[in-house]
Amino acid sequence: MTALMEARGVTRRFGGGRSLFGKPKPTVHAVQGVSFEVRRGETLGVVGESGCGKSTLAKLLVGLQRPSEGQVLLEGAGVHDPAVFGRRALAKRVQYVFQDPSSSLNPRKTIRQILEAPLIHLLRMPQAARRGRLAEIMDAVRLRPELLERYPHEFSGGQAQRIGIARALAAEPEILVLDEPVSALDVSVQAQVLNLLDQLKAEFDLTYVFISHDLAVVESVSDRIMVMYFGRVVEEGRSEDLFCRPLHPYTRLLLSSAPVPGRKGIGAESKPAELPDPLAPPPGCAFAARCPQASDLCREVTPPLERDGETAYACHHPRKGIPWPEPAGSGAVEGRIQS
Amino acid sequence: MLAYTVKRLVLAVPVLLGLTVIVFLIMAMIPGDPATAILGSYATPENVARLNRQLGLDRSLVEQYFIWLGNLLQGDFGRSFNLNRPVIDEVLERFSATLVLAGAALLLCSVFGLIAGVVTAVRQYGWTDKIVTFFVLIGISIPSFWLGLLMILVFAVWQRWLPASGMFAIYGGGDLPDLLRHLVLPAITLAVVATGVIARLTRAAMLEVLRQDYIRTARAKGVGETRVVCRHAFKAALVNVIPVIGVQAGFVLGGAVYIETVFQWPGIGRMLVTAISTRDLLLVQGGVLVVAASYVLFNLVTDLLQHLIDPRLRT
Amino acid sequence: MSGAQAAAGAPAPAAKRRSGRPSALSLFARNQLAAFGAGLLLVILLLVLLTPLLPLPDPAATDPVNRLLRPLAEGHLLGSDHLGRDIFSRLLWGTGVSLLVGLSATSVAAIFGSTIGILAGYFGGRADTLLMRGIDMLMAFPYILLALAIVAALGPGLLNALFAIAIVNIPFFARNIRGVTLGLANREFIDAARLSGKSNVSILLTEVLPNVLPVIVITVSTTVGWMILETAGLSFLGLGAQPPAADLGSMLGEGRKLLITAPHVSVIPGVMIFLVVMSINLLGDGIRDLLDPRLKSGALARPAPFTAVDRPVSQLAAASIQDDSVLAVEDLRTQFRIGSDVYRAVDGVSFDIQPHECLGLVGESGSGKSVTALSLLGLVATPPGRIVGGRVLLQGRDLIGLDAAGLRAIRGDQVAYIFQDPLTTLHPLFSIGDQIAEAIRCHRPLSYKEAWAAAVTLLDSVRIPNAAGRAAAYPHELSGGMRQRVSIAMALANDPTLLIADEPTTALDVTVQAQVLKLLDQLRSRSGASLLFITHDFGVVSEVCHRVAVMYAGRIVEIGPTEDVLSAPAHPYTERLIACVPRLGEPGRRLEAIAGLPPAVNHLPPGCAFAERCPHAEDACRAGEISLDGLNDRHLVRCIKPRRAAS
Repeated sequence: MTALMEARGVTRRFGGGRSLFGKPKPTVHAVQGVSFEVRRGETLGVVGESGCGKSTLAKLLVGLQRPSEGQVLLEGAGVHDPAVFGRRALAKRVQYVFQDPSSSLNPRKTIRQILEAPLIHLLRMPQAARRGRLAEIMDAVRLRPELLERYPHEFSGGQAQRIGIARALAAEPEILVLDEPVSALDVSVQAQVLNLLDQLKAEFDLTYVFISHDLAVVESVSDRIMVMYFGRVVEEGRSEDLFCRPLHPYTRLLLSSAPVPGRKGIGAESKPAELPDPLAPPPGCAFAARCPQASDLCREVTPPLERDGETAYACHHPRKGIPWPEPAGSGAVEGRIQS
Repeated sequence: MLAYTVKRLVLAVPVLLGLTVIVFLIMAMIPGDPATAILGSYATPENVARLNRQLGLDRSLVEQYFIWLGNLLQGDFGRSFNLNRPVIDEVLERFSATLVLAGAALLLCSVFGLIAGVVTAVRQYGWTDKIVTFFVLIGISIPSFWLGLLMILVFAVWQRWLPASGMFAIYGGGDLPDLLRHLVLPAITLAVVATGVIARLTRAAMLEVLRQDYIRTARAKGVGETRVVCRHAFKAALVNVIPVIGVQAGFVLGGAVYIETVFQWPGIGRMLVTAISTRDLLLVQGGVLVVAASYVLFNLVTDLLQHLIDPRLRT
Repeated sequence: MSGAQAAAGAPAPAAKRRSGRPSALSLFARNQLAAFGAGLLLVILLLVLLTPLLPLPDPAATDPVNRLLRPLAEGHLLGSDHLGRDIFSRLLWGTGVSLLVGLSATSVAAIFGSTIGILAGYFGGRADTLLMRGIDMLMAFPYILLALAIVAALGPGLLNALFAIAIVNIPFFARNIRGVTLGLANREFIDAARLSGKSNVSILLTEVLPNVLPVIVITVSTTVGWMILETAGLSFLGLGAQPPAADLGSMLGEGRKLLITAPHVSVIPGVMIFLVVMSINLLGDGIRDLLDPRLKSGALARPAPFTAVDRPVSQLAAASIQDDSVLAVEDLRTQFRIGSDVYRAVDGVSFDIQPHECLGLVGESGSGKSVTALSLLGLVATPPGRIVGGRVLLQGRDLIGLDAAGLRAIRGDQVAYIFQDPLTTLHPLFSIGDQIAEAIRCHRPLSYKEAWAAAVTLLDSVRIPNAAGRAAAYPHELSGGMRQRVSIAMALANDPTLLIADEPTTALDVTVQAQVLKLLDQLRSRSGASLLFITHDFGVVSEVCHRVAVMYAGRIVEIGPTEDVLSAPAHPYTERLIACVPRLGEPGRRLEAIAGLPPAVNHLPPGCAFAERCPHAEDACRAGEISLDGLNDRHLVRCIKPRRAAS
């Protein structure tokens, strides 16, 4: 299967440069040397905690940010190359769904104005055709067409998020980049939106890049999953492989930390978890300070992302062949909560 | 903190240079030929050309600026042709009088503005709030030059409690009590508007802070309400109010122009007004530069003060 | 989440009905001061507009015989000045000039300043730096001084004064508008517009400008008065209007010389300036209140230190019951009154907590779980919150209606809170050691030094590395997980018997959450305190809670031991709520979404609030009050057809 979209060594730095007096300004690497591919028709889940660079990555994919190094390709063509892809040409094929529906809809515009914008500016659709198209879009996200004349503040969070999805769909894109699309929603509404996304994907032959911090949500929607930590991909693999046979100690920590309804006994590290200082990152693996398996090698050499068939991991000591869940007291995870 | 102070001082240099550029440009904007204006009826073409050369006006604007700046740095602000004395002498003498007046007014408006703001915020919608808010409204709507006239009329002419004008009594004055007696009316008049503005902003800042989550935390800890208001809320509000006080200092320095005119206070504001109407432009230039430079320094102080209060600015 | 937000979160469907919140217009009408200002300004404007039509003497016509006439003299309503000119006529003409000049100066400043501000804020980067450095330079001059310098250069005259005042005010607009635009430019809807294919110009004009416009209007309405005052000031100094033309300022300036002999010549124009400026300021405040959305919900009201209690007298006398429970809540009712609407955020909640027990309170946003927690110690913001019924018995003693000193003695001592987002709940300007020491000193007679030492011990007990050094750190210097540890240390400062944790881990990452949950659990079992744990996450509940209560629309719909409720939920809502959450390790499971939305708590239906969304609902569900009944002695449910699939 060929890749629909591909990232090659994408790095995004913020800050940097020199100040007025020639002092170098601090640089933060939000995303560092990330490579992956998105296959047509799949859902690629991206999971990680705050500060792992997943939102920056999402913005890079849709062209809202430019990579400092590396490139993003859409069917082999560089999306940030203005000679190949204008902003509009890219927006026609890759669209974005924002986390917070209340802040991604202009409070002073009606839903009709919001949904018409991509039809006018991207598709150059004449007015008569727009009317029919709007009705179709509203129907697709299960909203009544009367609501078109309303303003965003009249909608609940779930409804507003459907409008955000409708706007992304309006331009008939192939890829939707969903940046935490259900995190701002209440759990009962979250399920509605997840189910809707599932149906839309089949209905419109979409490809999803689904970004979330919630492992259970990512697991339930993704075909393949990429785990990020401190700006890098630490593990990648098919959903069932990753959740049943996690190789990277960080993935294992994430999985053991997530509380599950009806189950008791999450694991927690004994030392307070701190991310490295982004302004002065240590050499070697960023996770080494928290990792029970860390060796001197880990603290000196950054492990490259090694591919092994469908899976990939960036670890000097991958937990290959070690069963999951690990027996209690075997490393990263201190004893279970007992009460 | 010391490092920051030094950094701020260094950063003030370009601002001060910017001030000189703006003042220079404004003065260069003046229509007409200065030499002709200065020479008046002696303005024969030879005389004009000679004076232009003497004044350096035959050079390019950039050259003129740097020559002028060089002179400024040596303390040479030129001579006032009306007073026939060096501009810098006159300006510094007058400026010290203005500093006394403006300093007193700034002290008054800060103290009363902050108190009024906190009290009205705590008693929101109560009677105290309404009454104080009413006076604040009058304060910010009243023309200060007119208020000054009313003050003179009531307290100096009708009641004869306080002197109407000047900085010292002409005969037998000159000591501190005499100065204070002369200071009361102009300082209060000058402070009224700024008090109103500070009071309003303090009230708004206090109301904003009092709804913050950390105030609820303080209450949940069992902290007494007086302490919540005076320590937790006031300190947080102060972070927003200090820059306002800095801005008000500018209004007070500027407002001194009116008040000094009304009360015949021998300060720099009155000097400027006279200088403008007599077209004594070097005097105007020098006066504006000195006041503006002192204002830049004052803002530096408020900035450091804010830095001292808010640890978030220190990282 | 604060109480007001909790209430505001729910009523989305209610927007279709008539909202009880004050509408913009009624707010304005109710603002009597603004209405007074508008009326006064209208009268002045009418007079000015009619001036050319009124049978008035020529304002410039001198009449040396009738000079300095007092007001009400024959033929001169307000008297005459030193040249015998009619003051009334001059006053009206002068007012017109002053208004025109002030408004023109404001327009010029607003247009140029706002343009600079919008461009700088939207494009950011170098354009921003360049524009704002220039603006800063103008701001470096004390206000009127720059105007004086400009007038000095241009020469005295009304038009020059106008330009001077306008230029001097440009920075004010530019900075205000830039700030607002900068906030907008980072909002996601700008990115969304970009992805919709809009160009920068189109985004500036159709997305940014409509949102900035109210701010420009507010800024204009609050500065017009000031600008009129300043132009009058320049004229007063003789630098504005030149004779024979006159505005209010120059009239005042001329009259000043006659202050003692003929005060009316200067007093009258002064009164006029005052009236004009005051009416504009009043109106401006009204407009600001109208356009500032925060004021509409009454959010700017100062929350009182204690929630107002408005409880029927009959409940006061009820004897306190003695049993073992640390906390017993009986029929607690808390309401928010916003406009004419009453939001029943907590609507008859009863539960108890036993010693050493952890009770979970679960619900979605707007269910009333946070308001319940805050009501216990009167921490719900008043206005708009109000406790209207019920009892909160802490070891048998009713806390509702307790006096301020009594309640304060309990807060942070016997009962302590841990809030959701530790960045906003810790004071940003005090060190963490200081904040913990303060919590200790509120309830124990320790010196500051002793309290600080105790704070360090506490920080150590929540496993903050290098506690002695970190105590001097400020909240912004710590990570989210560290801050929450500080909050926990602060809550434990006085060995409370009851801890109330309101979504303590919601803002944290999952690995940090695991640590904090574990720490909380260890400390609770070590200290023997009871814990009321508020969350929306059933996974977290399974981890730490012995019993769980599920809230929906201000009521507890089910309460029972955690295992029982999770394995065999009896209320359809509980059942659906558990089923609709994706579960780690079960990716294939279909998510059973709950159709519809929770009801608005200001329009609660009779009967079961969940009936509308319940697949098993029947007519009886919608008929009347449904009680919380026991399935067994520990598991209670508010449903007439409880689910018993698993039992």
